[in-house]
Amino acid sequence: MRMPVPDERIIRERGTLIARLQAAVPGGVVVDETSMRPFETDALTAYRQMPLVVVLPASTDEVAAALRVCRAMGVKVVPRGAGTGLSGGALPLADGVLLVLSRLNRILEIDYDNRAVRVQPGVTNLAISQAVAGRGFYYAPDPSSQIACSIGGNVAENSGGVHCLKYGVTANNLLGVEFVTIDGEVIRLGGKHLDPEGYDLLGVLTGSEGLLGVVTEVTVRILQKPETARAVLLGFPSVEAGGATVAAVIAAGIIPGGMEMMDNAALNAAEDFVQAGYPRDVASLLIVELDGPAAEVDHLITRVEAIARGHGASYCRVSASEEERLAFWAGRKAAFPAVGRISPDYVCMDGTIPRRTLPAVLTRMEALGREYRLRVANVFHAGDGNLHPLILFDANDADEFDRAEKLGAAILRLCVEVGGVLTGEHGVGIEKRDLMTDQFGAEDLAQQMRLKCAFDPDGLLNPGKVFPTLHRCAELGRMVVQGGRLPFPDIPRF
Amino acid sequence: MTTLAPETESQLIEAMRWAVAAEQPLELLGRGSKRGFGRPVQAAHTLDLSRLSGIVSYEPEELLLVVKPGTMLADLSAALAERRQMLAFDPPDLSPLWGGAAGAGTVGGLVSAGLSGPRRLKAGAVRDHVLGISAVSGRGDLFRAGGKVVKNVTGYDLPKLLTGALGTLGALTEIVLKVLPAPEVTRTLVLAGIDGAAAHQAMADALGSPAELAAAAWVPAGLPWPGLPPRTPCVLLRLEGVAVSVEARLGHLGRLLEGRAATAVLEAEDSARLWAELRDAAPLARQPERAVWKLSVPPMQGMAVLDRIRTALPGSIGWLDWAGGLVWVGLPDGDARAGLVRGALPGEGHATLMRAPDGVRATTPVFQPQPEPLARLTARVKAQFDPKGVLNPGRMAAGG
Repeated sequence: MRMPVPDERIIRERGTLIARLQAAVPGGVVVDETSMRPFETDALTAYRQMPLVVVLPASTDEVAAALRVCRAMGVKVVPRGAGTGLSGGALPLADGVLLVLSRLNRILEIDYDNRAVRVQPGVTNLAISQAVAGRGFYYAPDPSSQIACSIGGNVAENSGGVHCLKYGVTANNLLGVEFVTIDGEVIRLGGKHLDPEGYDLLGVLTGSEGLLGVVTEVTVRILQKPETARAVLLGFPSVEAGGATVAAVIAAGIIPGGMEMMDNAALNAAEDFVQAGYPRDVASLLIVELDGPAAEVDHLITRVEAIARGHGASYCRVSASEEERLAFWAGRKAAFPAVGRISPDYVCMDGTIPRRTLPAVLTRMEALGREYRLRVANVFHAGDGNLHPLILFDANDADEFDRAEKLGAAILRLCVEVGGVLTGEHGVGIEKRDLMTDQFGAEDLAQQMRLKCAFDPDGLLNPGKVFPTLHRCAELGRMVVQGGRLPFPDIPRF
Repeated sequence: MTTLAPETESQLIEAMRWAVAAEQPLELLGRGSKRGFGRPVQAAHTLDLSRLSGIVSYEPEELLLVVKPGTMLADLSAALAERRQMLAFDPPDLSPLWGGAAGAGTVGGLVSAGLSGPRRLKAGAVRDHVLGISAVSGRGDLFRAGGKVVKNVTGYDLPKLLTGALGTLGALTEIVLKVLPAPEVTRTLVLAGIDGAAAHQAMADALGSPAELAAAAWVPAGLPWPGLPPRTPCVLLRLEGVAVSVEARLGHLGRLLEGRAATAVLEAEDSARLWAELRDAAPLARQPERAVWKLSVPPMQGMAVLDRIRTALPGSIGWLDWAGGLVWVGLPDGDARAGLVRGALPGEGHATLMRAPDGVRATTPVFQPQPEPLARLTARVKAQFDPKGVLNPGRMAAGG
């Protein structure tokens, strides 16, 4: 993975930088190697890099002060939340400051009547739901890492979760943010009201992977928990039958709270690990969760069951108790570590495909696995077409690691080829950066980079992530205008 | 004064490149049904996008629809209804508010204006349903962003940025929309004779229960609404879903709110008629002499905001949607009185002048003025999409 060449000048000025950062963030600057070591990677652990300095601000003012120092000295900044990101978005730079938001970890306000919670970015996703659970509320997006991941990181990555088909991803549940620009200016977007005024900068900031600004406060909407939730396990003799069932459920007008699929390899690994009670002999297993009033859930489960039987389901079990429902999910939620048990290492991919292409994509993926001589297990947010192929490999074998990377890229290219996208919820980061040109044309990327220029004209925020090639803003802004003469013979005019 | 009406994407690019090279500002139009929205555009030429029209693809099972911007919203809604699906953000038809015929708007206009209806409370806004776009920037270049799947975080979310940008960042050539199943059943629980803090609390308590409201509104005593008791302030709680579920939730709400007001239930057509009036701001469409404002505020503040305006300007009329978070106000006459209206905001939120004579909109900030750092950032974003200022100059802000 090629990263921007470290700037020797900045590295030489480290002493000055440290002194100025210490003045900006007293007590929040970490410079010794041992203390910086835990920050050298995020959850994409295959890549490591020691940062130049780690800064842990304790307030918005300190974030602004630190950014002003970096801007003035021309130092790059990598923002980091809890470090649970899977695409390497928080990978440090050798000549960059790692700005860690974990000390901003307070819940500032819970407003039940307006159904809004205002928090600092270092608060974990799950802590928000826990804080409002006593009144029956929760925060809907639930990434698998919710016990550890921070809400600021969720905003940066626009995180999803298993319930986002029905309840939306982070962007759909976010009411407002406060963020700091690279110039150290503090800007608020939105609040407890709906729809910020002006351009939807809240929309572009969400999922911008730390390249546009540093979020210092987040306001989310909270929802009342559904009265009941029940899950049904459906096993199929083929992947096609499972995929067809998913499409048929949606075509019938049913949007389940969750709809997850596992292939035979993934479900067996999960069953070995947590004994969820999965049938081991099916080609694909669906977990469909319905939530709402008990009467609705019962009604819809009957309909889903009938649809599944009509598509050849060979196994069907409805959760009879809350324990059983949680057991169904325990297998799915343990799928990644379960696969981790059967292989020394694995890498989790994250493409989204049109659902109808699922059988074809799985068949092609099998062939790719054979070609690269690696095993692939599949878990799949089936409702929204988000694939998580897990590539099994041994990192101690350099050749296997190399093949795993290549297989991953081939799988993501396949997702794009069938009309899908490189990432559904993990972000581009460094992992998929060089594949961006497979999904986007040169002008598409240029316009995205121009947006970055509006926020960060010197390209100091998280460079080397998301975009495969760095362009200077002056170069992106240049205009070569062709034409310029009326008339156009072909265009209807009045 | 020229009107250019491209029929293909490449013709649109050609037209835009001419405008950029000649530095000739363009007014972008679909059918022109929303020309009354935003500030009047100062442009010598018109870019008519209505011929870029038609549904490109519709895949109900993928919950996905790809459409060209000139497609009539009415045609699109009909295509969706045939497959029992819908645009979940409940698109309003505000053409009559601006003096036009009902059903006159295009999808491109709807997305560019970023208008959502009562269901926005639950289902999200237009921007939450725009998954992808193609557009020609004010540099004369075609760019695509987003994708054709419902879940995607690849690259910046430019589809959200262009939604609601009123054609000031690009001319849309294709829009990818997320669609959702239409509910089997819709009913509205009416709480009659409920006002002030009690009305707010009833809505908050209903939303704080598992009743899963699709929409919640409050209407005052002064306006006639179809299906409601005359001269009675009412809270309206809309429930949607499968019949057994709506039944169960109605029962739940009835118990929760027991004793707070007289209750009645509006069934399918009556419920739909009432919510269409609210969605389309119909009472204000029927009173064209009034300047109209829309205020977005924290939900529990809605009543106080409306009261402040009504007290300061007797003869103003208005109601609350989005559980109080959206305040519709018609002032006594065509004078916008921006200072007074914006002064009624509770320290957060924003006010948009939805209707006023051209002259008033040319001299009044139609959209909420932004604090300095944000205004500068907004101007920088605009410049990156439209460096020569050829796209709808002045539509969102003077000089922008």
